[in-house]
Amino acid sequence: MKKPEKLIKNGKRLDGRMPDELRPLKIEAGILERADGSAYVELGANKVLAAVYGPREMHPRHRQQPDTAVLRCRYNMAPFSVDERKRPGPDRRSVEISKVTREALEPVLFLELYPRSVIDVFIEVLQADAGTRTAGINAAAVALADAGVPMRDMVSSIAVGKVDGTIVLDLTKDEDQWGTTDMPIAMVPRKKLVTLLQMDGHFTKEEFGQALGLAFKACEQIYGIQRQALRDKYAIKQEK
Amino acid sequence: MHEIVSSVRRDYIADLVRQGKRIDTRTMDQFREVSVEVGTIKSAQGSALVKVGKTQVVAGIKVEHAEPFPDKPDSGMLIVNAELLPLASPTFEPGRPSENAIELARVVDRGIRESNAIDLDKLVIKSGEDVWAVFIDIYMLDYDGNLIDVSALAAIAALLNAKPPEDEAWTLPEFPIQKRPVAVTVAKINSKLMVDPCLAEEGVMEARITITTIEDGSICAVQKGGIGCFSREELEQAYEMARAEGAELRAKLG
Repeated sequence: MKKPEKLIKNGKRLDGRMPDELRPLKIEAGILERADGSAYVELGANKVLAAVYGPREMHPRHRQQPDTAVLRCRYNMAPFSVDERKRPGPDRRSVEISKVTREALEPVLFLELYPRSVIDVFIEVLQADAGTRTAGINAAAVALADAGVPMRDMVSSIAVGKVDGTIVLDLTKDEDQWGTTDMPIAMVPRKKLVTLLQMDGHFTKEEFGQALGLAFKACEQIYGIQRQALRDKYAIKQEK
Repeated sequence: MHEIVSSVRRDYIADLVRQGKRIDTRTMDQFREVSVEVGTIKSAQGSALVKVGKTQVVAGIKVEHAEPFPDKPDSGMLIVNAELLPLASPTFEPGRPSENAIELARVVDRGIRESNAIDLDKLVIKSGEDVWAVFIDIYMLDYDGNLIDVSALAAIAALLNAKPPEDEAWTLPEFPIQKRPVAVTVAKINSKLMVDPCLAEEGVMEARITITTIEDGSICAVQKGGIGCFSREELEQAYEMARAEGAELRAKLG
């Protein structure tokens, strides 16, 4: 695709959304049989699966911690998830995303309850359209709750950015590619504490503040959808 | 990778922070002594040895011919690589780049790339076939904390020092640098924010945030690290600190 002349026309974006509008977000909890916890997230054209195993015995044993569990995250993209086939296996980008994902989730976990064990979080991107790390975090947080891992709170995540000089929520691939700025955020929604923040591009002070505001509001909305996903799985269904 | 800190020392640092003090007597918004020495490596097109306190990093620039990426036929290439040498710390091990080395390289890369510090569009020799690739290799020599800021400063200092390659294909009068991105890392200990964490502080900090600013004080890259959190107020405070300290560091680039 060539760079479109305008990414925002008459106040609307290429896909018809308003600047502060989220793509359609669907979350399902507990969709994998073998995993201790799992979730599936669709955010626009993104399709992301997350599975949680554990707390379970840490292998290799020398990585066991005597006083706490270890959280291990692996973010991975399927070779067919992007336009041009991605070579399988970890690359520099996915190593970094795995690290920041772990740091985004760890603040809400009571790892000290499970010495010598590991909690594994596997995030697989099946179809990508920008915002995969945020979709992955949303899925992983629901999967952790689905696994029954004790948590202080949920973690909700979304990207904000700047496109044609306008601060927009939840960028698509085209907006990410042709826009100026991309800033993924994850937060603990009830305490309003940021656990992941990355940014590349350009923001002035005012734009940074405005973008944070937009992201905070969206995370609350996502938090509601995450809770609903868990309710849908665990609520006692009335027989009709 | 973090060094193990004894709980006595941990409590001591945390207690000092509660009183608004730091273990090496600095104020919260004070960097350790910064020195920037350029042109130290003659075999590189540009180089810089940067010391911040006891942390030492050398960065070298190499410029070579390369085939451009198919989706960017009219743009030069920027490749940032960071080596956490085993000689720099007992916690660094030889072998494949660690998660920290990868993060470091990518955060430095983002600061330079997103600020358009190098005018990559000028580094094209033949569209789609031959472009200049700028390699920035960051070599950690002595690790006493805050590797991101020291590396980012070494990278931009080395770029500013870079001479054009001796090659007939090079036609520009000089190396096309147009911005000076500077990274400032703010650590959070005991709910207090401070710039330039030393090694002991890094071992104790709850979280860090690295904010890269350019001349006009706007931001071009951000990276949060560590397992703690930041409130919105703290983020805005960190930005102010990064902007003020960034301007001071930039002045050291000459």
